[in-house]
Amino acid sequence: MGEVKKGYVRPLDLKQGRVDMGHGAGGRAMAQLIDEVFARAFANEWLGQGNDAAVLPAPAAGERLVMATDAHVVSPLFFPGGDIGCLSVHGTINDVAVMGARPLYLAASFILEEGFALADLVRIVNSMAAAAREAGVPVVTGDTKVVEAGKGDGVFISTTGVGALPAGRDIGGANARAGDVVIVSGSIGDHGTAILSQRESLAFDTEIVSDTAALHGLIAHLLELVPGVRVMRDPTRGGLATTLNEIAVQSGVGISLEEAAIPVHPQVEAACEFLGLDPLYVANEGKLVVICAAADADAAVSALRAHPLGTEAARIGEVIDDPNHFVQIRTGFGGRRMVDWLSGEQLPRIC
Amino acid sequence: MKYVDEFRDGGLAQKLATAIRAEADPAREYAFMEFCGGHTHAISRYGVTDLLPPNVRMIHGPGCPVCVLPIGRIDMAIGLALARPEVIVCTYGDCLRVPASDGLSMLKAKARGADIRMVYSAADAVALAQANPAREVVFFAIGFETTTPPTALVIRQAEALGLNNFSVICNHVLTPSAIVTILESPEVREIGSVPLDGFIGPAHVSTIIGSRPYAFFAEEYRKPVVIAGFEPLDVMQAVRMLIRQVNEGRAEVENEFTRAVTEDGNLKAQALVSDVFELRRSFEWRGLHEVPYSALRIRARFAAFDAEAKFDIAYRSVADNKACECGAILRGVKKPTDCRIFGTVCTPENPMGSCMVSSEGACAAHYNYGRFRDIPVVAA
Repeated sequence: MGEVKKGYVRPLDLKQGRVDMGHGAGGRAMAQLIDEVFARAFANEWLGQGNDAAVLPAPAAGERLVMATDAHVVSPLFFPGGDIGCLSVHGTINDVAVMGARPLYLAASFILEEGFALADLVRIVNSMAAAAREAGVPVVTGDTKVVEAGKGDGVFISTTGVGALPAGRDIGGANARAGDVVIVSGSIGDHGTAILSQRESLAFDTEIVSDTAALHGLIAHLLELVPGVRVMRDPTRGGLATTLNEIAVQSGVGISLEEAAIPVHPQVEAACEFLGLDPLYVANEGKLVVICAAADADAAVSALRAHPLGTEAARIGEVIDDPNHFVQIRTGFGGRRMVDWLSGEQLPRIC
Repeated sequence: MKYVDEFRDGGLAQKLATAIRAEADPAREYAFMEFCGGHTHAISRYGVTDLLPPNVRMIHGPGCPVCVLPIGRIDMAIGLALARPEVIVCTYGDCLRVPASDGLSMLKAKARGADIRMVYSAADAVALAQANPAREVVFFAIGFETTTPPTALVIRQAEALGLNNFSVICNHVLTPSAIVTILESPEVREIGSVPLDGFIGPAHVSTIIGSRPYAFFAEEYRKPVVIAGFEPLDVMQAVRMLIRQVNEGRAEVENEFTRAVTEDGNLKAQALVSDVFELRRSFEWRGLHEVPYSALRIRARFAAFDAEAKFDIAYRSVADNKACECGAILRGVKKPTDCRIFGTVCTPENPMGSCMVSSEGACAAHYNYGRFRDIPVVAA
């Protein structure tokens, strides 16, 4: 953290000012930006020390460390229900939490584009700080770089999270077994559809808001009641379909879904229909996929539904033996089809 | 969703399936071609095949505009965008992935520095030209009769606005001539190796051209046609109507999609199209080779907006992979799994032939949605 002598340096113009190359040059301007924007928003004992790294206590005996990192490049930066700031906190907390770990600390790195409005940066950083505070997971170290105008997209945020995994807990993508049950914590496709609704070229009126949320509270509640959960994952980019294909391959199993059981909000369904997209492939930021033994399924659904982030939890399918690791679905219409990996990006159909 | 869910009702589907089983003669086989990619998508997406009796076979025809676009046409756009930095090429999303020469696609050319952008409508392309007066905006227009009127409209708009930095590479193709080509193919007409018993006529295309253009080949080739909407119940109802025609020895044009299609179609759109476009003598289709009078080009009066004339770009035909069976698959002579390179060399990530390009193509639909049927799966 930089030492800025108050009284000698004019404060940053956080209303009209813009990021310039000096804010990333390592000198006084950068120290001022860090001090007045980042340190102020994230204020905590580790960050306040201003060292190159945070010195943190070791986890309890028998616990293991869990670490995840995630880069966030989202357009637009602000969308209904959130922004890139809170998203960057939630996404990494969730990656740590789905392993069954207790998220402890975050590191954040910012790549800012020359010319980016300081007011927008402050808005993003404040949203990030609020999300971290609410989750009880402080941002303890960070970095800032500035790239020339045209070489970035306003702001990119990369966050790294560290958590502690209790002794004996084994949750992972390779643990699904034939006969297990697949559960989602709520409606799918909300985040991706909210983002699409704000795209400059697409803008449509909708009440769909992003589901971005930190899931560690929901997960802790679930694990308290159903400690034997085998797999958890947050179905972000690539959506539910991609997540289930990943798990099927990792575990060497197949998955069979019931389309009618998968919760999708009508507005999301309508937007996807209009754009020629499949909600199964649309991103989520506050949803959880859980795979557990059939005997635990009812308890798991009840546990999820008892938490505010899991009220729409539903059992959506089962794990089957399949050497090809296919994910298939019984359609609401009565037929069957595969839910394959996405080929490249999901692009709208022409007619 | 109101007016949509009604056409996806699982209970109604079961009743219709029972009715189809009752009407289909167990002593004979029925083979129907759905020409349009939208129907192929609906059949695959909702698992319609599972609700049809085994003696009713659906053949996925060449009605996916992305799939039938020949490599050479995409090469034209990529070559232009790479050679001229002032050019912005824009096109519909699903065009971006279509493989072209030299291992390129529009997406890959974009990564090499070409300014290629996705637009959601032809109107977006004009807006892009207005927003970038110092650049040349070239709209790579593709599609059947459905997407042709919007392209005609933007060319007229560009003229009215006096836009001199907007032009179009026109790749619009026509449905009836492609169907005739399939019916005229030796396999279908002479050898009789493809028992094509009838067609499900396109939905959106028919809203423009109406049902009348199909009357010719219903009469000439004695093949029943039922125009159907894109919802799965529409498809099943059309299959039932086709079975009934076959059983009764009729070959007529029937309209299941009366909520949107009339006999004459949209006359205003047709007038607009004929004002701006004229027939090409011949056009290459991926998988079907040259098809006479099967595509449109921009009339000389609008030459200022014709990118082919404006930038003097010529078409060069590029052969498909030799092992590719797309032509036979599009005519119903072979199934996707009959192709040696299906699912191995040719996959949706790395498509070799036209049928694997978009999810509406016969091979991609089978690969993405139906591949599990090829291998028995043991339930837990």
